[in-house]
This record gives sequence, structure tokens and C-alpha cells, in this order.
Amino acid sequence: MSAPTLGKDLVGLEGLSREQIELLLDTAEPFKEVSERQIKKVPALRGKTVVNLFFEASTRTRISFEFAEKRLSADTVSVAASGSSVSKGETLVDTARNLEAMRIDMVVIRHGASGAAKFLGDRIASNVINAGDGKHEHPTQGLLDILTLRDKFKKIEGLKVAICGDVLHSRVARSNIWGLTKLGAKVAVCGPPTLVPREITALGVEVLPHIEDAIAWADALNILRLQLERMEKGYIPSLREYNRVFGVTVDRLEKAPKDLLIMHPGPMNRGVEIDSAVADGPHSVILPQVTNGVAVRMAVLYLLAGGKPDGSAARAEES
Amino acid sequence: MIPLLIKGGRVIDPSRKTDAVADLLVMDGKIAAVGTNIGTPDGAQVQDAKGKVVAPGLIDVHVHLREPGFEDLETIATGAAAAVAGGFTAVCAMPNTDPVIDNQSAVGFVLSRGKAAGKARVYPIGCITIGQKGERLAEFGEMVGAGAVAVSDDGKPVQSSHMMRTALEYAKVFGIPVADHCEDVSLAHGGAMHEGIVSMRLGLKGIPAAAEEIQVARDCILAELTGGHIHLCHMSTRGSVELIRRAKEKGLRVTAEAAPHHFTLTHERVEGYDTNAKMNPPLREEADREAIRQAVKDGTIDCIATDHAPHHYDAKEREFDDAPNGILGLETALGLAMRELVQPGVLTLPEMIYRMSTRPAQVFNLIGGTLAVGAPADVMIFDPGARWKVDAGHFCSKSRNTPFGGEELLGRNEMTLVDGRIVFQR
Repeated sequence: MSAPTLGKDLVGLEGLSREQIELLLDTAEPFKEVSERQIKKVPALRGKTVVNLFFEASTRTRISFEFAEKRLSADTVSVAASGSSVSKGETLVDTARNLEAMRIDMVVIRHGASGAAKFLGDRIASNVINAGDGKHEHPTQGLLDILTLRDKFKKIEGLKVAICGDVLHSRVARSNIWGLTKLGAKVAVCGPPTLVPREITALGVEVLPHIEDAIAWADALNILRLQLERMEKGYIPSLREYNRVFGVTVDRLEKAPKDLLIMHPGPMNRGVEIDSAVADGPHSVILPQVTNGVAVRMAVLYLLAGGKPDGSAARAEES
Repeated sequence: MIPLLIKGGRVIDPSRKTDAVADLLVMDGKIAAVGTNIGTPDGAQVQDAKGKVVAPGLIDVHVHLREPGFEDLETIATGAAAAVAGGFTAVCAMPNTDPVIDNQSAVGFVLSRGKAAGKARVYPIGCITIGQKGERLAEFGEMVGAGAVAVSDDGKPVQSSHMMRTALEYAKVFGIPVADHCEDVSLAHGGAMHEGIVSMRLGLKGIPAAAEEIQVARDCILAELTGGHIHLCHMSTRGSVELIRRAKEKGLRVTAEAAPHHFTLTHERVEGYDTNAKMNPPLREEADREAIRQAVKDGTIDCIATDHAPHHYDAKEREFDDAPNGILGLETALGLAMRELVQPGVLTLPEMIYRMSTRPAQVFNLIGGTLAVGAPADVMIFDPGARWKVDAGHFCSKSRNTPFGGEELLGRNEMTLVDGRIVFQR
């Protein structure tokens, strides 16, 4: 049997096999160490050109990708939607063609429309990496969440993970569900019924109606950010009530039968979906998630560029 | 005009419930005779129709011809040419153009453009409300006087129940149907496809079936209140079918149409974010598709109408959320109805022609739908066994937006007559 490889693009975890996801996680392992060095650089992507195309505001994901690219020695350009021709009404397909004409190797795209990454990938020869498309997927976030879980629990098979909050609008939730279920984890979602799609059980996840149920059931909680505009659209009455009914609080966690690992993709609304004492508490891995984000993105870039998954890239020193 | 004798075809006329191999003679723009062994008049053109079906021309009560305002997508002339290529001898043009068709001179413009094109008959539909704004009734009387055959705010669902009530009451004076695009806008708002498992996976905002059904229920209730004629456009859900069935059992003046894509495709077709599978109402679930088929069979759905909606390829070549709704219909409708309804035995050939010609003529009170002697000769001749591949590049329409490109369809129109004139020949 030949070793698994990735395709041209990384659009989501839905389309990946268990083996491909494990390949990505295993490839990320040795890259973690690169970021701990004095000189945080390996030559794996030397001479490659990467464009970070961010049509939606993002700090964490964009910087994480930029560091991953730079630590692999790629030449990078980051484009924010405002201040580019995009804000002058250029279509995505024209933007793509122009990038292509500049002979770039890879595009990292963040876009507000679901399907935008696939749209781009179908139209250009360069590798396309989805850094979040609408409410569809955010595969590198899913991978870094799973890598963080694997760091703590050593294996994913059989692990109980509850994804809490606004599942309806969350690309992070979808990527986590696909990735975790493919690796054999048990996944539940928990949130107000207005923010949990009715059909979600078809993905093999359980719906827990109360946050107390999720806390009692899970080994780890992945707590989603509540977008503040959900109130205006009538999905929830107020942030205060959301915290009362669905917030992950110290009181609630103290009643749990065991200590739960606490994750959050950020940025957090402290005092809404998560209390500060929980976010800063002993079981929070919110910052290790961020650290793992760089390693996972290095792995994605490296593998899509055709790199060999044998750890040699991470061992190489910058010459 | 020289006489035309169409010889030896299978002549199907649902208006007279006839279906037999016969000759059909067209003289002076009218059906002059139907029967066997009709003598060839002097100087007549003879058209062999052996193995072909000779039927009243198809009638589409729901098309968007885009003129005035969006002539880069379609014109009345190119739309009418697409119609006759597809076997349609008459189409009803929806008024959501720019400017909208909400007054008699605009109605007159559409009518005169249709006549100038000299292809299919083009019947204007006027707006229900001025500017399709849902606030004030348009002048139904003036528009009907100028040639409008119905009123509709298609594309801008009438949200005010009061406005729909007055429209239904007032339209009774003129004997025209009020055609409604059934959608509760607050439920459908921002939706890009059917709300279901596919929308959940793709991360697209869904339009629940309830958005259509709530308005279908309201319209049926208002039809009962007013005694007016409500025509429900492009029905797409099993719940709507159920509601219409009940309204018809009560004897209400409720008629309905369904589009070929709704009896052919389901929401799975949106996988991969194909914008040619984006329309409103959206493609629904298998159970909905099946319910639409059964409703076309049992008459709950009166007629098949295409909702022909041309769009420029640039407009469809973009993010799914931002792409416009709608697909072309006129040149694929017959082939889809044959492949999806007749071939699997849902409809017989005469039943299909009834739903696409005779019944729409009755519902909108139009010329056509019959081969009775003396009627204007609006006729199609088609090969029911022809298998052909859809090549949008060869469409007569100005646009190319079809999800059926490359697919094999069954049955193809070969000749179309309007008022006895050959307006299309393959």
C-alpha cells in the first residue's frame, strides 16, 4: 500500500480520509520543534511563493499562516481585502487569474462565502489552502484542535468531545466534527436550538440540550465564539442570558465528574461563552492550541508542496 | 400563405382527447382539417411526420425575457426564438424587468416587441403592485386592456396579506389570475439553497420548505375569502402539494405550476457549489421531487412552466452566495418532461401535452392548446424517440446557464408553427 498523500488543495476535512488526517498530524509533530529553536527556520519551501488572501478580517489565523510560511522559508505576500482591487469590485475569479499570472505556488484564502476556497481551487493550478470559508470549514483549525487533543490524551479514538455554542454558523464546528469522527472520537454538540442545525445528527454527532449535560459527558470541551450579531438577528435574547444558560463557568465545571480539557478557537468573549477563570484555568489549552496552529499549518504547506512526510524537513537546518 | 399538409404523424390533441395517426391540414393560419386521407390541396407544402408527434404547441406561463433593462441576458426576440426551438408557441413574460411592467404602455411595449420578433406569441404579465413594491395596486384594467393576461409580482413575493386580498378581489373584474411567487421573505432571507442536510454540510444558509408553504397556505385561504383566482408559481415542496390538494378538494379557484428542474433535480445537485443549481425556490429533497411528480400526474399541479431565467455566465461564475437565482428552461423542458415523466411512466404522452399546452392555455385563458378545426394553427412536431445531448453553446437563448449541459435528453422538437407559419425548423 502506498503512503497517503494530499490532493492539490486543502478545502476541508470532509474530503480527507483518516489516513490523510493522521499524515497531517504526524507531519506536524516534528515541525513543533522548529518554533522552539533559536533560528526558527527550515529551508523546505525555499523559492516557493505563497499569497495569503484574506477577504475577511483575521489576526490569529493570518499571522499563524505567515509564521508557518516564513519558518519554511517561503516568499510570502499577504493581501487584505480592503486596500486591494477586491474592494474596487473585482470578482474572485479575476483576482485568482491575476495571481496565477504572477506565477505563484500557493494561495491561502479566508473568505466570507462558503465554497470560496473550492471555487478558487477549481480555477487555478496553484495549491489552495482554506483558511476559513463562510460557515463551511476551517480545516487547519480543526487539525490544530485535534493535534492539541492528541497531545493531551495520546489518542483520539473513543475520546468524548463536546462542541459548544453557535454550531449553525461555525466553520470550526464542521471541521472538528469531520476530523474527530473520522479518527473515531465521539462528538456531541451543545447550544441553543436556534444555533444548532436540526440535521447535524446526520453527521454522526449527538445533540446535548444543556451545557450541564455536555460537561457531565465530555472529556474535552471546544467552546465556540458567540458572534455578537446573533442577538440582533433574533437567535438569542441577550449575552447575559446566554452566559446564564450556556456559559462554561467554574461553578458548572466543579460539578463535573472529572477535569475537562478546555479549548476555544478564539477570539474569546470572556464572560459570555466562557468565564475568565475557566479560560485562564489549569485545564485550559487555549494557548497551546495557538502554538500548534503554526506546526499544523507548516505541515499542510509542506505536504501540499510535495514534501516527504519523513521528518527530514524539520531536521534540516537553515544553511 | 401556402397550405401545409402534415402527413402521417401521431396527432395528439388533449383538448379533444384524441390520439391517432392522422394528417393535419393547415390553411390560412388555421387548422383546416384533421383526419386520414386528406387530399393535398393545390400548391400545398407537404411535411412528412411519420414516427413524429403532432401536437398543439407548448405554452409556458412563466418565463423571464429580461427586456426591457437586461438585454445582455435575453431579449424578447431571443427568448421567443428559444421558445419556438423548444416547441413553445406561446410564453407569458414576467414583469420583473427594468423598468417593471406595471402600466399599460409597458405592457404594450412587451406585446409589440413580441409581435416584431414573429416567433412565439409573447403575452405580458403585469405587476400586482406599482414598482413591485407591494404598496399600491397597479392598474389591472389598463394593463389588461393593453394585452396583459395575468398579474404577478414574481421575484418580489407579496408579503402583505391585505395587498394579496385586494389583488385577488380586484382581479375578478377582469377574469385574470393573480400569480404569486410564494415565499415568506423573513424566513427565506439570505438563504441560498434548500434548508436541509446539504445546506448544513456546505455551510450555506438554507431556505426552509416552510417559507414557501406558509405563503401557499395564506394564498389558499385568501382565495377562499375572496373567490379570486390564485395561481401558485413554481411549487417545490411536498407540503405545498398537500395544501393545494386540500384547496382543490374544497373547490377553490387555485391553480399551480411546477418547473422541470423541480421534478428532475434535488438539493444534492448543489454539492460542489454549482451555481447552475441555484434557483429560487431552491432544489428540494427526493420526497419533494416525488410529490411534485405525483401532483403533475393527478392534476394537483395544473401545468409545467419553466421559470426560464437567463443569466450572464459572469454572474453565475462566482461565490454561491452571490450568484443570481435561476436557470434557462425553454430549450430543455420538453426533453426533461419526456425523460423524467413520460419515459418512467409517470405521464402518458397525451397527459404531458395536456400539462404543457392545453391546461396552461385554460388556466391563463390563452389561444392554443388545441388542434380543433378552425383554431389558429399553433402546432409543434416533435420526435419522441430522439436522444440528444444538451449543448448550451447551441441554444437560441442569449444565455447559457443550464445545469443540464452535456446530459442526454429524450424527445426533441423539429418544427413549430404559429398561426400556421413555420417559425422554427430544425
